[in-house]
Amino acid sequence: MKYLKNVATLAYDADKCTGCRRCTEVCPHAVFEMRDGKARITDRDRCMECGACALNCEFGALTVGSGVGCAAAIIHSMIFGGEPTCDCGGTAGGKQNSCC
Amino acid sequence: MKPLKMSLQTVKPEQSCCTQPKNPGSLSPDRSARIQALHSLSGITNEKQPWVTGIMNTAAGLVPVAATEWTWADRRGQIRSRLGSFRDDYTVRPGLFAVGKPDAASDIFVSANYKLSFDLLRRALKGLDGWILVLDTKGINVWCAAGKGTFGTDELVKRVLGLNLAGLVSHRNLILPQLGATGVKAAEVKKKTGFHVRFGPVEADDIPAYVRAGYTAAPGTREIRFGLLQRLVLTPIELNQALRRLPVAALVILVLFGLQPSGIIFKSAWLEGWPFLLLCLTGVLAGAFIMPALLPLIPFRSFAAKGLLAGASAVIPLILLTPAGGSSIYLDATAMILFPLISSYLALQFTGATTFTTFSGVKKELKLWVPLYIAGLAVSIILLILYKIQSWGLI
Repeated sequence: MKYLKNVATLAYDADKCTGCRRCTEVCPHAVFEMRDGKARITDRDRCMECGACALNCEFGALTVGSGVGCAAAIIHSMIFGGEPTCDCGGTAGGKQNSCC
Repeated sequence: MKPLKMSLQTVKPEQSCCTQPKNPGSLSPDRSARIQALHSLSGITNEKQPWVTGIMNTAAGLVPVAATEWTWADRRGQIRSRLGSFRDDYTVRPGLFAVGKPDAASDIFVSANYKLSFDLLRRALKGLDGWILVLDTKGINVWCAAGKGTFGTDELVKRVLGLNLAGLVSHRNLILPQLGATGVKAAEVKKKTGFHVRFGPVEADDIPAYVRAGYTAAPGTREIRFGLLQRLVLTPIELNQALRRLPVAALVILVLFGLQPSGIIFKSAWLEGWPFLLLCLTGVLAGAFIMPALLPLIPFRSFAAKGLLAGASAVIPLILLTPAGGSSIYLDATAMILFPLISSYLALQFTGATTFTTFSGVKKELKLWVPLYIAGLAVSIILLILYKIQSWGLI
């Protein structure tokens, strides 16, 4: 299953890639594959912007505008401000929304 | 959940087995070990969890041994946590646990303190000897907690150092669920604790094969699967949240139909209102149940569009082919506009439960669809006013 075309903000800098394979280990949608000792993006539309690759790339070769892909959280932050989070504005121990 | 709560209050984190005395020099080693053992024991025995089958004396203090079989209580807990707010308070105490008969060479598996996450892991480890390190994720599963950062680098580092895992095991590896990678920076964990982070497969059930294969994940086990079953177990929560607002919608509909120049007539409220109520319920079911269930089969990539299509194909035939369609063209038009849009809105909410929608994508959808929802609502209100005017014989 794929989501909307050409919206994922995943960016890759081949010059910085050292071929450590960490991104292929953490990506839950197999967006990366190894070719000639470097990682390569196979299909950007499969990226869900979870941020695992960018967080774990020690060499800064990957960046992605990550955030929760949850309508309720984004609507909440549009109305009440703040970053969209999984608890949809609920305080700790308060109600959780479907995203969690 | 009561006993757990009590134990959480009576056993403060600093008293539990989770922390080693920072400066053992001030107490005799024997005494500090005894105090630590006593504290861990009180932490363990106070809980009286049925899935704790024993206690192990280790270099990291006393460690409860977790069963790898589920009891009926565990199964019931899994079902209840899928249905509603029960999951908000379904936790295990963070800290170290054992499965089987682990020793210094055994693997350390890291999990969240949402009990279902922990249960899935310990069941998957059946037949293996290992340690389970439970992080304090505030009762949230690995994936969501990693997104929030509670299943994160700092918490992991704190637990690894606090429990002195370096003294417990001879190797320097931690096995984390792959979905924890959103919150854990492996390089930083290595720098601060000396432990190398291995991200295991997505599903706990694939761990034994992963371990047997020398810590390599088989093809496919690194990808999130989102099949029919995975989607269906999520729908009760979606339905629950949608149906929570239904009584209000039902009241509005019944008042609307009951409203006559002479006051609210209950007979006409019900007789004329029920088809409309049924159509509303159909729209809700289409968006919160049919759309998630049939997700890959419905055309379009946009969730809002999928929901609109699901809603329209459920509601419109009902209006045209069954007595649910009323005699008023205004009323039918309202139902045809409003309920598919409700379905679309609810389907868009399902983005929060899926494993492949993006932040950028949902933002893009909202930019397009929220104005449409507002416009649709405005048109529906105008049509309903026209319907009332018509039914009162004013035009």
